[in-house]
Amino acid sequence: MTQPHIGVLALQGAFREHRQRLESLGARVTEVRLPADLAGLQGLVIPGGESTTIARLMADYALWAPVRDFHAAGGALWGTCAGAILLAREVHGAPPQFGGQQDSLALMDLTVRRNAFGRQVDSFHTPLQVQGLDTPFPAVFIRAPVIERVGEGVEVLARHAGQIVLARQGRLLASSFHPELTADARLHALFLDLAAAPLPA
Amino acid sequence: MTEPTQTGTAQIKQGFAEMFKGGVIMDVVTADQARIAEAAGATAVMALERVPADIRVAGGVARMSDPKMIKEIIGAVTIPVMAKVRIGHFVEAQILQALGVDFIDESEVLTPADDQYHIEKTKFTVPFVCGAKNLGEALRRVGEGASMIRTKGEAGTGNIIEAVRHARTVLGEIRSIQARPTDELMTVARDLQAPYHLVQYVHEHGKLPVVNFAAGGVATPADAALMMHLGLDGVFVGSGIFKSDNPERRARAIVKAVTHYQNPDVLAEISEDLGAPMTGINIDSLVPAERLAGRGW
Repeated sequence: MTQPHIGVLALQGAFREHRQRLESLGARVTEVRLPADLAGLQGLVIPGGESTTIARLMADYALWAPVRDFHAAGGALWGTCAGAILLAREVHGAPPQFGGQQDSLALMDLTVRRNAFGRQVDSFHTPLQVQGLDTPFPAVFIRAPVIERVGEGVEVLARHAGQIVLARQGRLLASSFHPELTADARLHALFLDLAAAPLPA
Repeated sequence: MTEPTQTGTAQIKQGFAEMFKGGVIMDVVTADQARIAEAAGATAVMALERVPADIRVAGGVARMSDPKMIKEIIGAVTIPVMAKVRIGHFVEAQILQALGVDFIDESEVLTPADDQYHIEKTKFTVPFVCGAKNLGEALRRVGEGASMIRTKGEAGTGNIIEAVRHARTVLGEIRSIQARPTDELMTVARDLQAPYHLVQYVHEHGKLPVVNFAAGGVATPADAALMMHLGLDGVFVGSGIFKSDNPERRARAIVKAVTHYQNPDVLAEISEDLGAPMTGINIDSLVPAERLAGRGW
């Protein structure tokens, strides 16, 4: 079986950690900085970092439409932390000087609230029960967002203290924590399966 | 192996620093400047009363900023807010932690409070970044609990030479440790005056145990890209933005330069027509007492 070819959006943030984890599972990985880098990929990871910065750079390099087109053509997307914010249909907690609005891909039927767990001193790690995994996942939450609302067709895969922190909708995966900062590759393996799965007829 | 929920661990603090990678952290002195920095794509802002260029002009003792100003900046932006404390001044650090600052810079740019000891940073929930001009200094700071290291450079000069010197020194020393056999590492640790287990880490991994940024003298997009090419993870810009003719344009250009440092076509495009950069200072003209990089022990 050939391993999927995955892109990691490398504008800013923890893109190297995702790359290493995916490569450790045998995937071919390309760093995506410009629209042309999306060619031939089956999946794209949008890493943690600062969502305002990544959104700014996506606009500067005209990446919004190409990433939406990539997904429409069957590409899988996974957003971690800032990346989850960028996948969501609706974002709460955007900076006032942005008019309370933050650009996003609006592909996944979620409402996400930025920095929902507080400032850096409130960041934490915790064992997280994830649907489909036998043992808890060591989840690292850093100035993390929460998923406040999910639409129909969105499957909730994990909650922390009652708040949704991992969800899937078709070929879209959103986690408000950072699987790339741990040695546990199970969620990366899940995403590779998602990206390699045949498209529904 | 189920552990309870934990905050303030080394994993959390170092992981947070990982999120800044490929990004630009900008010095700001007002809430308005913080908003400009956020809109330009800064990954964090550093709140301080005077940028290093003005600290040089003003002279006197430079201290932690007024909490009122820091709170205004925290209220103005949603990106992380950093602030500086004097070397060794753990009470200033306690105050910043109480204010909810996201990261503390124990900085040689401010007047040192202690001429022998740095802050014991493991005692804090908030993470720290410290400056270093060589590997021994960097590993001593990590040993004290720093979650991020930056070059010292020569802040407030708009002159990149010292930052280049510090980056090449640290990265060259890392390469030379990698080449040593393991039975020589204790002597390496002695010579560097660095913790042995951190020397072992560097030998095994070929990098610092924490994120390593450039700081001190970055004034142009090309300066920022140069530091990324040398092997650093991101860039701090102080006086370089708000002491230039057109801060908005220059800030955005430096953010793009850090992302696209390997693409000279993009760098050429973004370096065009930025207006005048900050006026630089030739470091050779500074008398020793005016050099900030020499502070720290």
